Amino acid sequence: MFPYIPNTDEDVRMMLDRLGISDVDQLFSDIPESLQLKGLLNLDPPKSEVEIRKHMHGLADRNVSGYGTSCFLGAGAYDHTVPAIIAPLVSRSEYLTSYTPYQPEISQGTLQVIFEFQTMICELTGMDVANASLYDGPSAAAEAAMMSAAANKGNKILISATLNPEVKEVVKTYMRFRSIEVVEIPEADGKTDLNAMEEMLDKDAVAVLIQSPNFYGVVENLEGVSEAAHANKAHFILMQDPISMAILKTPAEWGADIAIGEGQPLGNAISFGGPHLGFIAVTKKLMRKLPGRIAGQTVDLDGKRAFTLTLQAREQHIRREKATSNICSNQAVNALIATIYMATMGKAGLVEVAEQSAKRSTYLKQQLIATGKVKSVYDAPFFREFVVELPKSAKEINQELMKQGIIGGYALSGEKENQMILCVTEKRTKDEMDHLVQVLEAIL
Amino acid sequence: MIQYEKMIFELSKEGRVGYRLPQDDFTGLEAGELFPEELKRGNKAELPEVSENQVVRHYTNLSNKNFGVDTGFYPLGSCTMKYNPKINDEIAGMSGFTCIHPLQPEESAQGAMALLYDLEEKIAEITGMDAVSLQPAAGAHGELTGMMMVKAYHEARNDSKRTKIIVPDAAHGTNPATASMCGFEIVEVPSDQTGGVDVEALKAVLNDEIAGLMLTNPSTLGLFEKNIEEIAALIHEAGGLLYYDGANLNAIMGKTRPGDMGFDIVHLNLHKTMSTPHGGGGPGAGPVGVKARIADFLPKPVIVKEEENYRFDYDRPLSIGKMKGFYGNFSVLVRAYTYILTMGAEGLKAASEMAVLNANYMQARLKEDYVLPFDTICKHEFVLDGLQGTSELDVTTLDVAKRLLDHGYHPPTIYFPLIVHNALMIEPTETESLETLDAFCDAMIEIAKEAKTSPELLKNAPTQTVIRRVDEVRAARKPVLRWSKEENHG
Repeated sequence: MFPYIPNTDEDVRMMLDRLGISDVDQLFSDIPESLQLKGLLNLDPPKSEVEIRKHMHGLADRNVSGYGTSCFLGAGAYDHTVPAIIAPLVSRSEYLTSYTPYQPEISQGTLQVIFEFQTMICELTGMDVANASLYDGPSAAAEAAMMSAAANKGNKILISATLNPEVKEVVKTYMRFRSIEVVEIPEADGKTDLNAMEEMLDKDAVAVLIQSPNFYGVVENLEGVSEAAHANKAHFILMQDPISMAILKTPAEWGADIAIGEGQPLGNAISFGGPHLGFIAVTKKLMRKLPGRIAGQTVDLDGKRAFTLTLQAREQHIRREKATSNICSNQAVNALIATIYMATMGKAGLVEVAEQSAKRSTYLKQQLIATGKVKSVYDAPFFREFVVELPKSAKEINQELMKQGIIGGYALSGEKENQMILCVTEKRTKDEMDHLVQVLEAIL
Repeated sequence: MIQYEKMIFELSKEGRVGYRLPQDDFTGLEAGELFPEELKRGNKAELPEVSENQVVRHYTNLSNKNFGVDTGFYPLGSCTMKYNPKINDEIAGMSGFTCIHPLQPEESAQGAMALLYDLEEKIAEITGMDAVSLQPAAGAHGELTGMMMVKAYHEARNDSKRTKIIVPDAAHGTNPATASMCGFEIVEVPSDQTGGVDVEALKAVLNDEIAGLMLTNPSTLGLFEKNIEEIAALIHEAGGLLYYDGANLNAIMGKTRPGDMGFDIVHLNLHKTMSTPHGGGGPGAGPVGVKARIADFLPKPVIVKEEENYRFDYDRPLSIGKMKGFYGNFSVLVRAYTYILTMGAEGLKAASEMAVLNANYMQARLKEDYVLPFDTICKHEFVLDGLQGTSELDVTTLDVAKRLLDHGYHPPTIYFPLIVHNALMIEPTETESLETLDAFCDAMIEIAKEAKTSPELLKNAPTQTVIRRVDEVRAARKPVLRWSKEENHG
């Protein structure tokens, strides 16, 4: 017997009687004999709760994690504070065990959360319209590129060399099958080479995709990008970290048509890379081209404020092969987490998280340079992450740091193999940073 | 509490906070001086200013306006709303899984990699495939991965004529949308009188331009495709690939396998078949499995086992590339892995058998009062074509669905598949008791009577919910997609 299957032998007999058959196997007689499995699948015997806990603890213990390690690694997944109230609220099964809110009368909880999420993303990005979320930052970039490819004439997209490599890879995959050429704008001194971009832009471009703060943590000055893109009837897609938006110029202020980003820093666990969430927000003009779910405000029969999924004429279940995207689900739980996080940190808190991350990362960089053994690579304003040059391979140094309970930064490769991108959030204490500096001094 | 009507923004008061951060001393560093003015934001983002306990009460009250599997019966066809075991959540929440960075050195994440590797092997066994990637984030994402592999496979053989994908008319909307995203042209084939693919119509569209066929088996009608071997042979003879949409795998675990039926590529919906929570619309997980000849095209990286160690292999020249950041929705995968280990081969088989028995029992109980277009053995779900005598009645399938809300049930999927005009698609799953099935059938039968005697009960339904029917037209014509003071206070 299995705890999730309530039918008793007696129940089964009664149901079979009603169907006029004697054996459950008769219900599978429509499967051709040659395709029916004769024995059991080759899987381990079922485990009880006691056994599964033991087994899974064994696996979890083989991972280096949690307290006792300090993490200086970012590169697309960030170790920010996760407020204690998130876990109990998110585990409420009214949220967790419901489906996509197709029946608004019994889904107002989920729908209002999505609506609040959309509002907060609009506030952060400064854009007009946001959707209910996408799978993650990299796939949000790909969906934005797909939107531009559908909306604009042309056969290529320009992407900055300073984009996170995971984002580049995902965009390249989607564009290959959409027959859109991906052309990389070179970098100059850790930033997108905007002069090169202007030369590369022509009528064949559907969009320019830039990230800021970029993969190196450098905050880009994007003056003129929007005008240059629009002069060539291309979109300006800006990928920006949501925490940074609390203090840095927003996608709307830079004139972006589409703002996207990785929402994980908004209260979501790193969880070995997922589930995270992507966000996407656009100008009003592009509202009906957005992929994914959108919640809207309306009224019920009594005129009471109510929420429902809307603008569904864009979506696959209505448009089938003419849909803007095949997306059905969003990352609803992760968007709920992000919403609770933004509510809890609030107007002042998100600014403080951003400022503390900026301050703490600046402190670490200064302390490292002061050792005389580590050099700064880019002399530009940075947010949360920065690149340093070390006297030997960053990968080797990381292995030595790991022995001391420190997860080092992102080791660059090739010509840059001695360079490391270090990340400092508001969670890294002064003691942890001083310890890292000491350990590095001893190693180098 | 059911009358709670606030938005989080409406609780906001200047100067209130819900957080506290560490206060280390960094004398000499002023946050305001770290960035030049031209890089700074103009006005602050108008996020709410609320206290921690206000946040808790707000989102607790909102949750009370939701209905989940833990609230009650949720027979939403095609969605497999089975019970989500709590042990899976407990395990996925262990810090040894939630606090690992995807880019930390491989030797420090061997437990996570061993788990993923083992889950791949188990999915391969359950589906009868040779290799599996866990990267896709959802079913539709798995489909997209699959269609890209179909295209890459033909391209690698320099077979550039193959520009068409065949999709049956009963298919999920994602199938044509996905194929279209990869630049394929869609060829639709009709269903025959028994609800299966019309094999003669299929033969008529086969030629050397066909890249593949997308099929759900059991179909969206809940019927097993009896001609699957012939269909597979026809597609393969024509040089195409067979794609399996795994939405309905809950009907056949341990009974038959897509790999044995001749499918070349499959995706699974772990949030359906493997009991991970749907979360109000995600996150899901949509792993793809392939036959050996397609394995080189799987997304990268691939996990490789060398003696007792695991590593990520990025050197995959034929790979379609990356589909998302990192390796997949890891904590969803942990839940699915836990589920498979707690069920084992016998448990998964029992789940499918009981899911099918429950569906057939309900079908038998409801076919007197509702139209059953295909009166035959069903698998894990079945489709009704509205009330008996619908044309003489003043009520619709939508009204039936809304009346079910008043009885405390989530309605079935309605108006899908498109080929059944008044469709009510019912999927009970194996985790419901006979008492629940009977009570739901009683309610359906009572509603059928009401439709004749007092149709206004259906047309006005629901009345027992926190809101009544919503004005969808207004939502779409005058979109209000974010909160603003003006919109809500004149």
